[in-house]
Amino acid sequence: MQLSAEKLGKRFGQRKVFKDISFSLQQGESLAVTGPNGSGKTTLLLTLIGLLRPSHGMRFFKENDSPLTEQGIRRRISLVAPYLSLYDYLSGEENLTFFATLGGLSLTGKESDRILEQVGLAGRGCDLFRTYSSGMKQRLKYAVALMQRPGFLFLDEPTSNLDDDGKQIVRKVIEELREHTILVIATNEQGEYELATKRCQLGN
Amino acid sequence: MVTEAFAVFAKDIRLELRSRHALNAILMFSVVSLTVVSFSVGQAELSSRLLGSLYWVIMFFSAVAGLSLVFIREEEAGTALILRLRADPAAILLGKLLFNLLLFSIVTVVVTTLFFLLTDASAEGLALFLLIVALGVISLCAATTLVAAIIARASSKGALFAVLSFPILILPLMMLVAASESALAGGAFAEISEPIQGLFAYSVVMITASFMLFRFVWLD
Repeated sequence: MQLSAEKLGKRFGQRKVFKDISFSLQQGESLAVTGPNGSGKTTLLLTLIGLLRPSHGMRFFKENDSPLTEQGIRRRISLVAPYLSLYDYLSGEENLTFFATLGGLSLTGKESDRILEQVGLAGRGCDLFRTYSSGMKQRLKYAVALMQRPGFLFLDEPTSNLDDDGKQIVRKVIEELREHTILVIATNEQGEYELATKRCQLGN
Repeated sequence: MVTEAFAVFAKDIRLELRSRHALNAILMFSVVSLTVVSFSVGQAELSSRLLGSLYWVIMFFSAVAGLSLVFIREEEAGTALILRLRADPAAILLGKLLFNLLLFSIVTVVVTTLFFLLTDASAEGLALFLLIVALGVISLCAATTLVAAIIARASSKGALFAVLSFPILILPLMMLVAASESALAGGAFAEISEPIQGLFAYSVVMITASFMLFRFVWLD
């Protein structure tokens, strides 16, 4: 697996957010995107994922040296971010089942229980997402992201809203996935960007 | 793609059953406007042309009142982002279109029943009228679902939805009014075959165009 960016740039109207970002990541490597508030960390993540169109340059997702198709990218990418919302009027388990179906997976009750337990939400799968605390919501986003067994995992402020227990779970997850995944983390927390093998500093 | 589309459709039904935002918005509007029309008309005998026009005016504004919610809800709840990330755009459009068809069909059953109860519309050409209504539901949903996706990320969505929908819907509305007039007057199928063909062609064109354009509307 490979993720590479070539001279990637993004502007909104006249305002340049970032330019000439180039890097290449192989399976097992990770990139920490750091920079002050407003420096474009989230914009870079969304541009890499394909939710924003770059103003310049290109990015490539490859598997076995072949570019991934649009559907392949969708099924191999996961994103966890504070601005990402799940469905308020669906329960935790229903959210999991819905996104599993979109990802071409069929999730049994036992499997969803196991995933929920993995992120510390055992026994809360039947509760509506809107009744979750912000930390629990963040945990469910991890559950949705991880059930795909992502090849490319994008984390924006990965431990925001999480208590010490939640942060511990995230670190464990990152350690477990590190070997099989390409990881991109947007953060300013020293403890988080030290987990990455490469670093991209924005806002200079 | 079909499995994903049905997942989106089933999810929207579940959300609607739990929140009832769209159904309540459209039903309240259509029932209130139909009641106001029936009170204002009173005992006056209306021509089939006027009855057909009134029916489709109510249906048009009912569609404008609620069919955009299917995409606005995703944007306002912040769930559009993960849906863009996870689902095939064509599956999203198909799921949303099916949901709008179901929602508007429920509203149409209520409005049509009340329309025949509250006005002196003749049930003589009922079968033909119902055929026109079914084609009307499909053509209104086909056009408004794509417009809903276009306006969902804009500000002043409600006004924009009505403004953008009107020019696209004027053609089918004219055909629907003309066909309804003949059907309510007890006309034969031969008299309305032309507008029925027109409505069928319009729906096919709108659905095809929607599937071709939606990717750009949704992802850009």
